[in-house]
Amino acid sequence: MTYSCTIRGFTYRFDSLRELLAKASPVRSGDALAGLVADSYEERVAAQIALADVPLTVFLNEAVIPYETDEVTRLIVDTHHTAAFTPISHLTVGGLRDWLLSDEADTVTLQQLAPGLTPEMVAAVSKLMRNQDLILVAQKCEVVTRFRNTQGLRGHMAVRLQPNHPTDDAKGIAASMIDGLLYGSGDAMIGINPATDSPAATSRLLFMLDELRERFAIPTQSCVLSHVTTTLQLIEQRVPVDLVFQSIAGTEKANASFGINLSLLQEAYEAGLSLQRGTLGSNLMYFETGQGSALSSNAHLGVDQQTCEVRAYAVARAYQPFLVNSVVGFIGPEYLFDGKQIIRAGLEDHFCAKLMGLPMGMDICYTNHAQADQDDMDTLLTLLGVAGVNFIMGIPGADDIMLNYQSTSFHDALYVRRVLGLRPAPEFEDWLLRQGIMDQQGNRLSSQAQKQLYAALVG
Amino acid sequence: MNEIRKAGVEPDEWQSLKAYTNARIALGRTGVSVPLREALQFKLAHAHAKDAVYSALDMTDLQNQLAACGLPVYCVRSRAIHRDMYLQRPDLGRLLDERSAEQLQQIDSPAADICIIVADGLSATAITQNAIQVVSGLVEKVQQTGFSLAPIVLVEQGRVAIMDAIGSLLNARLAIILIGERPGLSSFDSMGAYITYAPRPGLTDESRNCISNIREQGLAPVLAVDNIMDLIRSAFRFQLTGVQLKADSNADLLSA
Repeated sequence: MTYSCTIRGFTYRFDSLRELLAKASPVRSGDALAGLVADSYEERVAAQIALADVPLTVFLNEAVIPYETDEVTRLIVDTHHTAAFTPISHLTVGGLRDWLLSDEADTVTLQQLAPGLTPEMVAAVSKLMRNQDLILVAQKCEVVTRFRNTQGLRGHMAVRLQPNHPTDDAKGIAASMIDGLLYGSGDAMIGINPATDSPAATSRLLFMLDELRERFAIPTQSCVLSHVTTTLQLIEQRVPVDLVFQSIAGTEKANASFGINLSLLQEAYEAGLSLQRGTLGSNLMYFETGQGSALSSNAHLGVDQQTCEVRAYAVARAYQPFLVNSVVGFIGPEYLFDGKQIIRAGLEDHFCAKLMGLPMGMDICYTNHAQADQDDMDTLLTLLGVAGVNFIMGIPGADDIMLNYQSTSFHDALYVRRVLGLRPAPEFEDWLLRQGIMDQQGNRLSSQAQKQLYAALVG
Repeated sequence: MNEIRKAGVEPDEWQSLKAYTNARIALGRTGVSVPLREALQFKLAHAHAKDAVYSALDMTDLQNQLAACGLPVYCVRSRAIHRDMYLQRPDLGRLLDERSAEQLQQIDSPAADICIIVADGLSATAITQNAIQVVSGLVEKVQQTGFSLAPIVLVEQGRVAIMDAIGSLLNARLAIILIGERPGLSSFDSMGAYITYAPRPGLTDESRNCISNIREQGLAPVLAVDNIMDLIRSAFRFQLTGVQLKADSNADLLSA
């Protein structure tokens, strides 16, 4: 199908929905690298005007990547919930934007709508929205999940404690972990990126995390972010695996470059469930995503990077994840050049995932070759706090000494909780109070209980 | 630490844990925020990293210093004209600009075993601090081993894969590129070495081997030369580089 828009006598034509979506995308370096961006500011707005008039039903008939050759497209089409879609089936993309912002679209209505939305519809509407629109609608969404505690309740914001160490040294990891716990972080999970993906090293870290969690009865969950095939192997050996991690992308080809496919994810999900380690619920998949991942494996198939990203959320949605994390600025300036692009992408990812019904959090981050700094991260952190992000990262001093990038710190989490009146996950907050680590106002206290925690490590 | 308290800053009681990690733990706090001293330390580290990314190679100086190795030294550029283009278009940083390609072609270099290339990459600072030592060490050892050397090539705004075009234009059986790595907060002067057997345009990273973190506080340049020589010898023995050459190392395979 062809789409067009005439401005001052010149008619812009877009040969496919795929091209229209790409040209309508707010500017970012990755789409320029892929040769997909609008040629001028005017063409971009022309594409947005044309996109606004596209009926949502068109998205059910025109796939951006063919059904026959891509299992993610098949997943999207085959699991589309017609009944949930019916209430908005008469709308255009522009109409959907206006309706989402209306008071009629309340939390319950949006929750019921989620399975009726395809990722392409969600990506399309986000391209027509300003940053404040993305924040306002995301704030209306509430996605609650449970494993050993409860994530996503309105008014709460959790933190993934990320105690990475360049050589996976157990004491080095434990030192960062204790630092984070004493600053009130760790309710989303204690999640380590291992320096090596060997099953033995991963297993050793999982036992270490489990022992510490048990010893101090911490109501949280652990995760070592090894490849899903490694985790599967460890589950077979009855290693204490709480959350099952995997990086995912929005095309079959990009997922293949990660060494995964949908049936492997299903197998891992079922294996995780078989351990029955969740005490409050059984959401246990933990997915990481990020704009640009499909292009970086040359598997974007002409689709813009933001639409590819939202297709990854369709993959995540199939496995009732505990948490999803967009590692927004990690990929580098060839995909998101500066603070402005990273902030925009972060708000898009959070909005799109929430609208699709996912428990979205974010690694608010950048690398040293991107034009960004900690001020940009403060801005995005504050905006996402307002938007109701489920969790953020907590890294000592925001400096990850293993992955060599900057994210958010334990202090940053306390800042955003304080200025916005957000609280930790309720079960974890109770634990912090019982331990005397925090008071009701989120201030850190000094007490003997804390000393036990770190004396256990030193002694 | 008591004297810090007068500034309203509360130190953390677990300072002793710093012995176990270089992570920024036990920073203390004022209210819930990072004390200024720590905030400035972080800023300084970031400033070093940013300065390294935007640092430029002093080509004349490098050329003069490298001439001491006794080999001709040529200066070329990639198709990325300036740094911001380099950062956004890695594809252009992998290609030689037309004039540079012509220049290397005109040399009409006879077939050689090894060609050594030096590129700024993401940190010219890393090159300025480490390249001379590694290149001179390599030239000496390579010649002792009896391998022949092509001219040395210096590249501005270069990415790793530019070695394929250069190595093939110079008729080299194996190419080595020394290149500035992406600066981290704790290491802004870290150099990487990539080795490619039978370099030719179109290769991908799977066909290379890498030695990273070459700097005084990391893998010292003297040791790096030995490691590179080991790789060169295996590459010629098996007539390949890449994933297959290091099949015994689990870590390298999985992080590729």
